[in-house]
Amino acid sequence: MSFVQNFPFFSIILAMFSGIVSSVLSGRRARDLSLCMIGITTAMSACVLFFCRETGESYTYMMGHFPAPWGNEIRAGVLEGLTAVMFGIVMFLSVLGGMNDAVEDVEASKLNLFYIMIDLMLSSLLALVYTNDLFTAYVFVEINTIAGCGLIMIRMRGRSLSAAIRYMILSQLGSGLFLIGLSILYDITGHLLMSPAKEAVAAILADGRYEIPMLVVLAVISVGLAIKSGLYPFHYWIPDTYGYATPTASAVLSGLVSKGYIFLLVKIFFRVLGTENIIDSHMVNVLYIFGIAGMLMGSLHAIRERDTGRMIAYSSVAQIGYIYMGIGLGTEAGVIAALFHVFTHSATKALLFISAVGLYDVSGGKRNPESLRGAAYRNPVAGIGFTVGALSMVGFPMLSGFISKLLFATSALQSPGKMLPTLIVLAVSTTLNAVYFLRLVISVYSRRGVYGEEQAAQPKSSFALRISIVCFVVLNFILGLASQPIVGAIREGLSMFG
Amino acid sequence: MLEFFSRNLEATVSVILFGVGFTMLLLHQNLIKKIMGMNIMDTAVYLFLAAKGYIDGRMVPIVTEETLDASLYINPVPSGLVLTGIVVSVSTTALMLALTKRLYEKYGSLNLDEILMLAKEEKQ
Repeated sequence: MSFVQNFPFFSIILAMFSGIVSSVLSGRRARDLSLCMIGITTAMSACVLFFCRETGESYTYMMGHFPAPWGNEIRAGVLEGLTAVMFGIVMFLSVLGGMNDAVEDVEASKLNLFYIMIDLMLSSLLALVYTNDLFTAYVFVEINTIAGCGLIMIRMRGRSLSAAIRYMILSQLGSGLFLIGLSILYDITGHLLMSPAKEAVAAILADGRYEIPMLVVLAVISVGLAIKSGLYPFHYWIPDTYGYATPTASAVLSGLVSKGYIFLLVKIFFRVLGTENIIDSHMVNVLYIFGIAGMLMGSLHAIRERDTGRMIAYSSVAQIGYIYMGIGLGTEAGVIAALFHVFTHSATKALLFISAVGLYDVSGGKRNPESLRGAAYRNPVAGIGFTVGALSMVGFPMLSGFISKLLFATSALQSPGKMLPTLIVLAVSTTLNAVYFLRLVISVYSRRGVYGEEQAAQPKSSFALRISIVCFVVLNFILGLASQPIVGAIREGLSMFG
Repeated sequence: MLEFFSRNLEATVSVILFGVGFTMLLLHQNLIKKIMGMNIMDTAVYLFLAAKGYIDGRMVPIVTEETLDASLYINPVPSGLVLTGIVVSVSTTALMLALTKRLYEKYGSLNLDEILMLAKEEKQ
């Protein structure tokens, strides 16, 4: 066994222990530790990715002393490694970009708690990505929820507290459904590890037994995770949650947390329930329809929104719709497109949230389009970052959003029944995206600002924020220009799932 | 039909309880009742798991020198899952209660609709 194979376990445990150690550190130290830890875990994930690409196969890693059908396992392959690397990079840049605002938003004595939540969040995301055990997945889903709730409520304003309780309630509904689904699945199959459970599911289906429980399992697990990732019509916690949290939290929650659940859902579909089963049960069609509805409704809500933060949040509803639409196509190409969009959206949405902060900073903290007029001249880096993010969401060539849309459209061509609605909705949704994003881009680049020259002594945005925005922009270009290797890696990883 | 339900009594009861808890968590406006609903929902799952792990006529899975035969015991894994689940639900309950307390201190109400309205009115 190679030493690299230990890395998934090391990265999860390292993230968790940093959280524990942070509880006795000062806010500043906790932040440094957190950044350091995210860097190390991302490097480890990159090693795992290269190791799996080199060997060309995935591996399982036994936890504890009980072998396969009983014990607990971690599994790592190309797709897991790639996702972990992406999550790590986005997490690092979000923490870096939002750290000055975190100091303002969070009470000084509680700043280290904020970074504990970040550490726990990363640990649970990595565990969701790597785990091969269903119940472990449930436990980390809950840890993720608690950490997410902590990240929202730590701002301690009225709106963030009410957003946190809403988030918590919806998340608990989702976790409850997920848990009962797991329990019924465990009852039918007798396994919690994914690989033996898959064999048992296949045997049960071949015998034609337990048809109804199987359908219930499928439905409650899908719906549970869909609620937690904010699929339309379970989206109404999103705008407040993403709109009123501190910027790092918004970026992390919209960019990563919902994606962790989606990744888990794809993993369960491929590694436990089996894709044919999902397609035969028409569950994909349900996800497809809600995905399409989300694409349209999210954009329509975003157009009506006057608050920039909430507008970006509503755009997330639309983007989550895209992802579920891709999964709902029921083809491998659709899932590849969906997973690519997971990366696109986490890089782009985090960029938008972080660069919007740079724009608020130079507009007296106001967030409506009128106040943001000309903000891009007052803070050029944030302006460019916001523009790149907006263009990427709209699907401008060379940026990652374009590749996602291209992948969605080409994968739609392979599923005849769904081709026409997909293409129409893609076109409509793109237009709507363009309406609300470009409106804001034009606004931040218009000369006649209500915020005139008299505000010469504007606060400069911090160096860390600018670095983070530049890195996010580069990441977007990398995803857009060098998409082929990434798509290839996703394809390879998915075939390892099988 | 009735015989089917009585044969699967624990499963039936736990699914009904789950439904009750789920509906309470989803629809009730009072935050404390929502939390109670959440606990009922979680407990229903534990009942389901514990009932499925039980095998009639066998004993608690505590290994002693005389009884090393696995066929004497009930399935210990579901019990372990229930314990883990209880830990999880205790922590989420604690967090929800803490949040509710904060909201009550701030708005003087436990009604979620009212809290959301008050929060919307105040400047963020």
